Amino acid sequence: MPLIKPSRREVLRAGASGLAIGALGLGLPVGRAFAADITVGFIYVGPRDDYGYNQAHAEGAAAVKLIPGVTVVEEENVAETVDVQQSMESMINLDGASLVFPTSFGYFDPHMLAVAGKYPDTQFRHCGGLWSEGVHPANTGSYFGYIGMGQYLNGIAAGHASRTKKIGFVAAKPIPQVLLNINSFALGARSVDPSITCQVIFTGEWSMAVREAEATNALIDQQADVITCHVDGPKVVVETAAGRNAFICGYHANQSPLAPSLYLTGAEWNWAEVYTGFVTAAMAGEPLPNFVRGGLAEGFVKMSPYGPALSEAARANIDAVKAEILAGGFSVIKGPLNDNKGAPLLAAGTAYVETAIELESMDYLVEGVIGSTA
Amino acid sequence: METVDIGWWGVPLAILAGAIRVSTPFLFVSLGECITEKSGRINLGLEGTLVFGAMSGYAVAYLTGSAWVGVLAAAGAGVLFGAFHGWICSLPKVNDIAVGIALMLFGMGLAFFLGKPYIQPVAPDLPDISFGFWSSIPQVQAALKVNVLFIIGAALAVFLWWAFQNTRVGLVIRIVGDSADGAAAMGYKVNTVRLLSTAAGGALAGVAGAYLSLYYPGSWNEGISSGQGLMAVALVIFARWNPLACFGAALLFGGAGALGPALQSVGVTQGYYLFYAAPYVLTLVIMILTLSKTRGMAGAPAELSITK
Repeated sequence: MPLIKPSRREVLRAGASGLAIGALGLGLPVGRAFAADITVGFIYVGPRDDYGYNQAHAEGAAAVKLIPGVTVVEEENVAETVDVQQSMESMINLDGASLVFPTSFGYFDPHMLAVAGKYPDTQFRHCGGLWSEGVHPANTGSYFGYIGMGQYLNGIAAGHASRTKKIGFVAAKPIPQVLLNINSFALGARSVDPSITCQVIFTGEWSMAVREAEATNALIDQQADVITCHVDGPKVVVETAAGRNAFICGYHANQSPLAPSLYLTGAEWNWAEVYTGFVTAAMAGEPLPNFVRGGLAEGFVKMSPYGPALSEAARANIDAVKAEILAGGFSVIKGPLNDNKGAPLLAAGTAYVETAIELESMDYLVEGVIGSTA
Repeated sequence: METVDIGWWGVPLAILAGAIRVSTPFLFVSLGECITEKSGRINLGLEGTLVFGAMSGYAVAYLTGSAWVGVLAAAGAGVLFGAFHGWICSLPKVNDIAVGIALMLFGMGLAFFLGKPYIQPVAPDLPDISFGFWSSIPQVQAALKVNVLFIIGAALAVFLWWAFQNTRVGLVIRIVGDSADGAAAMGYKVNTVRLLSTAAGGALAGVAGAYLSLYYPGSWNEGISSGQGLMAVALVIFARWNPLACFGAALLFGGAGALGPALQSVGVTQGYYLFYAAPYVLTLVIMILTLSKTRGMAGAPAELSITK
């Protein structure tokens, strides 16, 4: 690898300026044409229709497209490497994007921060990053939803459905959001029956089809009978689990069409709410918030419709807890709580509500989860 | 049926099941590449053929409702890719490795482009045969579900091993691969033999892709291949151009790949990144153990551009 690699847009800009000089000589008009009031860029780490993470974001982008005067530019399958910096720069320079949403976790540091420093007039909002004032540039920010609450409700569904008292979680990487989901899923199930354990398998990659299938099979071989996941595209996990006759709790988007009889419920994103909020504020010339969070109550997160396998008792239990969450002040992570090695995490009386910033730097698995973060 | 507690038995079981489930794409691609390389050409584009085969197999299976028609379509697409590679390489002064890399990118790009509408729909799966009927343990029964393509691949490995030594076609391929001048002197059309060998290799790579999308993991998306097509090309060298050794190498890779998830499921959770590297570590270890100064390229067709 060469140490200094000119980005695509730098090469193009050099070429374009050469063309511009030529055009000036010919007396042709030069200048960027503004076809719309605002151009918004979306960058996805995988395909836009993966039944999962990227599809959820692309559905949000589709809602933005419906706003008059907005041009949406999208790029999919962009790696969490210097590639995303080049994608952002070409969106800014070639497409004239003034608001960019790099949607994958690994885009934040160093990639988005590096590009944001170069383009102070462009706004960047990142999904899931931990933005803090003073540390990160003012033209950047982050948004995320408290989907852990959805996984807690999934856990309640799993707790009612499991007969073996073992449930399984196929996870990609041990980052805070994933760990919160695993812990919430386990705690939800254990709120139904404290003897339930949740086995986690990390695949190490956001998208690795064969390994996700192997992980699902390994969980079921160890008697897990309800499976959920946090990988980019849950389709493989859902289909493999259904093939082995295990119950499924969905994630990211609604996967019930893939396994109608075994799908209990699922935690889904509703990014349309977030993106239309940002874009309408930008068009109105209002300052964009740097730190946006919301959960079930704000409409950032929603639950899949209940599947036929979900018992009446489970439905009543989920409805009751959901009402508590919507009322506000509900905590999943609360003391007394030990981690899965037996070390105390929280003392009795301490509780983190969903907005607690401590949850966004989670680095532990709670008691009842079988697995390790490294 | 309720699963029973199998504890640590889950690890050998998962390795066995993984060897059966995960190895098939490796097996087909490496057998295909074996045929191509025996004729004296390297087709590095099989990863692209595999991805395109996965897409076209899934799409055709979805449209026709028959998984086997999908497999045929994938094989047909593979023939086209292989024949294209063979034809370009028959032109003077063309480097087969460069063409292969170009075709790999082309195949993947074309598959992503044409495959967009087929990510969401659900296509029928290939059937499997249950060899676990003797066991009352559901995990064993699940592990011993063997796909028909795996059995075909195993039989094909034996057949190719036999055919390279005992049939006229097999010997012609080997002559062309070992000495183009000799083959030409004997009246064989070197480029035609290579084109047909590359096309046959492409067909097998296409079938490998169809296995991924139609059986395990059994859906089409852009991340369906984790480089099986590329690794299988390396497996051929590892297997010293012997179809039977290709079968063994494919089983080894499949089983080693199952180690990471299986160990986590029984509670060995530290250092899973290391376990995921098991197939590659294993390859390196075997390579080092079998190193030899005198017979480093033993078995290699003499006409290959890497041996010349």
